[in-house]
Amino acid sequence: MSADASFHAAEHLPALQVVVPLLGAVICAAVRQRHICAAITIGCSALMPIIAFGLLYQVQAGGPISYHLGGWPPPYGIEYYVDAPNAYLLILVSLMGAAVALYAPRSVGDEIRPEAQGWYYSMYLMCMAGLLGMAITGDAFNVFVFMEISSLAMYTLIALGRERRALVAAFQYLIIGTIGATFYVIGVGLIYSMTGTLNLVDISGLIWESEQYRPITAGLAFIVVGIGLKLAIFPLHLWLPNAYAYAPTVATAFIASTATKVAVYLLLRFLFSVFGVTYTFSLTPAAEILMLLAVLAMVIASLSAIFQINTKRMLAYSSVSQVGYMILGIAMVSELGLTGGINHLFNHALIKACLFLAVGCVFYSAGVTRTENLAGMGKRMPLTMAAFVIAGLGLIGIPGTAGFVSKWYLIEAAAEAGLWWVVAAIVISSFMAILYVGHVIEVAYFRQPTVKIVRNPPPEMMAVTLTLAVSVIVFGFWTEISAGVAEDAARSLLAGYGGADG
Amino acid sequence: MNELDGMPFVQVLATHYNYWITIFLIAAGLFIVAARSNMIKSLVGLGIFQTSVYLLYLSPGKIIGGSPPILADRVEVYSNPLPHVLILTAIVVGVATLALGLAIVVRIHEAYGTIEESEITGTIDREDYPE
Amino acid sequence: MDSALLIELALAIPALGAGGIALAGRIPNLREGVTLVTAAALFWVVVISLLPRVLEGGRPSVTLFEAFDGLTLSFAVEPLGMLFACIASTLWIVNSIYSIGYMRGNNEPRQTGFYVCFAIAISSAMGIAFAGNLFTLFLFYEILTVSTFPLVAHKGNEEARAKGRIYILLLMGTSMILLLPAIGWTFVATGTADFTPGGILAGAGLSAGALTVLYLLYVFGIGKAAVMPVHFWLPAAMVAPTPVSALLHAVAVVKAGVFSVVKVTVFIFGIDLLGETGASQPILYISGATVIIASLIALCQDNLKKRLAFSTVSQLSYVVMAAAIATPAAIIGAALHIAAHAVSKITLFFAAGSIYTAAHLTEVSQLDGLARKQPITFAAFLIGALSIIGLPPFIGLWSKWWIGIGAADGELYWVIAVLMISSLLNVAYLLPIVARGWFVPTGAAPSAPEEVQTIKEAPIPAVAALSITAILCIVLFFAADPLLSLVQQIELTAPTGGADG
Repeated sequence: MSADASFHAAEHLPALQVVVPLLGAVICAAVRQRHICAAITIGCSALMPIIAFGLLYQVQAGGPISYHLGGWPPPYGIEYYVDAPNAYLLILVSLMGAAVALYAPRSVGDEIRPEAQGWYYSMYLMCMAGLLGMAITGDAFNVFVFMEISSLAMYTLIALGRERRALVAAFQYLIIGTIGATFYVIGVGLIYSMTGTLNLVDISGLIWESEQYRPITAGLAFIVVGIGLKLAIFPLHLWLPNAYAYAPTVATAFIASTATKVAVYLLLRFLFSVFGVTYTFSLTPAAEILMLLAVLAMVIASLSAIFQINTKRMLAYSSVSQVGYMILGIAMVSELGLTGGINHLFNHALIKACLFLAVGCVFYSAGVTRTENLAGMGKRMPLTMAAFVIAGLGLIGIPGTAGFVSKWYLIEAAAEAGLWWVVAAIVISSFMAILYVGHVIEVAYFRQPTVKIVRNPPPEMMAVTLTLAVSVIVFGFWTEISAGVAEDAARSLLAGYGGADG
Repeated sequence: MNELDGMPFVQVLATHYNYWITIFLIAAGLFIVAARSNMIKSLVGLGIFQTSVYLLYLSPGKIIGGSPPILADRVEVYSNPLPHVLILTAIVVGVATLALGLAIVVRIHEAYGTIEESEITGTIDREDYPE
Repeated sequence: MDSALLIELALAIPALGAGGIALAGRIPNLREGVTLVTAAALFWVVVISLLPRVLEGGRPSVTLFEAFDGLTLSFAVEPLGMLFACIASTLWIVNSIYSIGYMRGNNEPRQTGFYVCFAIAISSAMGIAFAGNLFTLFLFYEILTVSTFPLVAHKGNEEARAKGRIYILLLMGTSMILLLPAIGWTFVATGTADFTPGGILAGAGLSAGALTVLYLLYVFGIGKAAVMPVHFWLPAAMVAPTPVSALLHAVAVVKAGVFSVVKVTVFIFGIDLLGETGASQPILYISGATVIIASLIALCQDNLKKRLAFSTVSQLSYVVMAAAIATPAAIIGAALHIAAHAVSKITLFFAAGSIYTAAHLTEVSQLDGLARKQPITFAAFLIGALSIIGLPPFIGLWSKWWIGIGAADGELYWVIAVLMISSLLNVAYLLPIVARGWFVPTGAAPSAPEEVQTIKEAPIPAVAALSITAILCIVLFFAADPLLSLVQQIELTAPTGGADG
């Protein structure tokens, strides 16, 4: 009986990955009692990595999984399609989701009004469900639905921020996010009208059979711009700094480490799997445009980060520049470059979550986020700031940290392709990271304290932050999962849907 | 190859009027979002922009001479039902977005006493320096 | 004991020591005890256990694990690295003894953090010395930068912060902007990053121009070698307490820099390749210019530590210049000069620190007559100075001798001229300091504070430490044979046939 049930669960893992948090969100919304909601959130979030690892195991053992929702076979029904790239992403999102959920309760209790806390948890799970859904689904329109689910939840999460500026940030993001999603859906509509299907695998097969390439190319452009708005590709990043800076810290940590990553995944999926390398990069100048934008992002956003006075905003600008690294990896269209880009997706999620959570600990203890108020924190909160330093070094890309691994791949890929100006951009951007990370570290360690520490951060917040910091170092050396799976993913992306089975 | 080649411009305009309307709605909606500082008007623009998508999906789904997709005797040609389903979903999403947007605008009005974006964004960066 | 285990111990002992020091932080005596025990243990592992095996021709290596992309964290001991490790581990003991006297004598704050960072820095110096490939070298190079930053900014005031900023930006910046692309380039061109006797770039198909650019990237990317114009960090780092200056200028940081340059020259480029293509020519001229210019600047400095700092910049370029000559004798000279300068310059810094501890004087012009109060300190200073100048019977002679021979081999007679001019300049900026101390009567300079009258010799640990290093300067002149036999074993060319262990 029980063996029978577990067999069933294993078969329905793809659906469970999305349904569990979605149900959790609904229950939270109904209950709204904050302690119960917190427990539900932690429970659901803890389940997610288990399911994700189960999926990765199945993919590695038996090739891509195709799950037919409601028993309707594709292309009629909605298909959930799991292969190496999205199994990797599912693990990333669910791990970060679980880590942040563990960290959340007391930080939320501190930053959000008591009556709104139940809603926070509901939206958190909803957002996670949307992101996981975007990653797992194999249907272009379903992607849009999940995109909107996660975005609506995200707008709410941001609007829950303590300051009134959070509302404005949420509104701005709502406008831009909706435009992005609509662009995406316009693109999908154009492709649907040419191919007559919404199934991603199906589209990839039918693209070359359509009479006209122009609408498809236009659709590609709409999709890239739409996703570009979501992932804050330069110069479509203007919503991001305010949204990250004024959202509750836990929400920022979660969004920063997952939302942009899922958007990068979508971009990869459409450029490589759906349209295919041949279509995307020989019929359109996508690679050249993306590379230029990536390099501009890396340099200009880093420059902006240097001049920020609010630590969270500084980290937000740094996110824009780090997204540039990932896009750069995509734009080089080589196995090394893609490995670097996908690996950076993982590493940056760890690093940025750790940084934001460390800032969250400081905020919990002293109620400050402005950089100058961090003075003396190195002495007062040694463990938290140690985590910040380690993750900061990862952001710079010091060898021995996760950040170095992906940077190394990118530099190698650029050198291999003879793109020396790209190598220069990477190292200059790294140098700027020394400036903005170094500034915070210097203030924290070599200035006299200006603010009082009211209380110590609770053990679970410290534990999550420190675990992430340690993992930044661990993944700097042990890269079997982070870079190894990234390499698999890169290979399967370059091969397209057809080659993925092999 | 291209069926539009050689067709008089007026004919292109007339036979593809649904696309022209879609394009107009996209442009008008985006313009309103970008040009208006009033947050409610921005949301109205956003609504118009989203509506353009509905038309884009629905119009190719209609087959001339086809009947609504309900199984019936003596009907050979049906319109494509899928776009309708999709757009139903999209409408729900659009309503949800609008509702959330309006709710946030109400809160902004409570917090700032104005819903003009230009008046609010000017003060945002200054709030880092409490008096 | 297994050689691989010894290598791991050499890295682990200082790192574990750092943990022990942190735990013992509340009890100063215990903390200093842990420091000394750790230093002694490291000395035993490196000099007593590992050195004889290398002298007998053993080349132990160990690969900890593969990190990614074919890059491994691996260590391979060879004579050059062995030399650097011996210098670092030996001088760490002396430096620890000195630190105890200095830090207590000056009541410095945050002493526990100081000793912890110091131990981590030594650990990373060991990692650099034994690095088996460029990746490992780069990893420990950066750890060394990060772990010495708190030492430089130790005082914590506005000046120390500003100088600390220059230090970290310049060192980390050059390594990120220049060294990392150089390593990436090498890796892409050759498919390996291992240090191999005879070099790995020979068959990589890079043109002479590309090799020249690559060599420039390496030498300037290794900012710790302080070749002009990336030398600014060194004088800036003078705000640190003196034991740190001694560490920076003699034991770990700058030596790690020039060691890396020599290592890259010999084991990445290979001296034959450099000789054929002339890829090191620009660096030869730049470092030659650095030798002279830095000496001239040193001549103008009144601050004692600044003068020594510019002297260091000049002396480091000896090593880089010798490496760039790329003849076998010059490489021997470069290796010897790493050792010679380490022992001599640490003596000078110890002396400067003990003057500061005893008399709180920092300027050369204030030192009138001080030698009568601090005879041992000034005697040691004189020995160190003479060794730097390169007079017998001090170790400094040998390295200049070999560099000169190497230059003659390469028919670069202007290099010999540079050596001679520089020696004269050394005389001009070092000996007046000693002369003031001995021969100018006290109080001749109006700037000297009144308390000079009551000065005694510095604390005993400090005096003991500088006596030891001064004696080393002399001993190594007469006992240069083991040193020479070690550096003569450096594999300059690929072994002909037969794999070596």
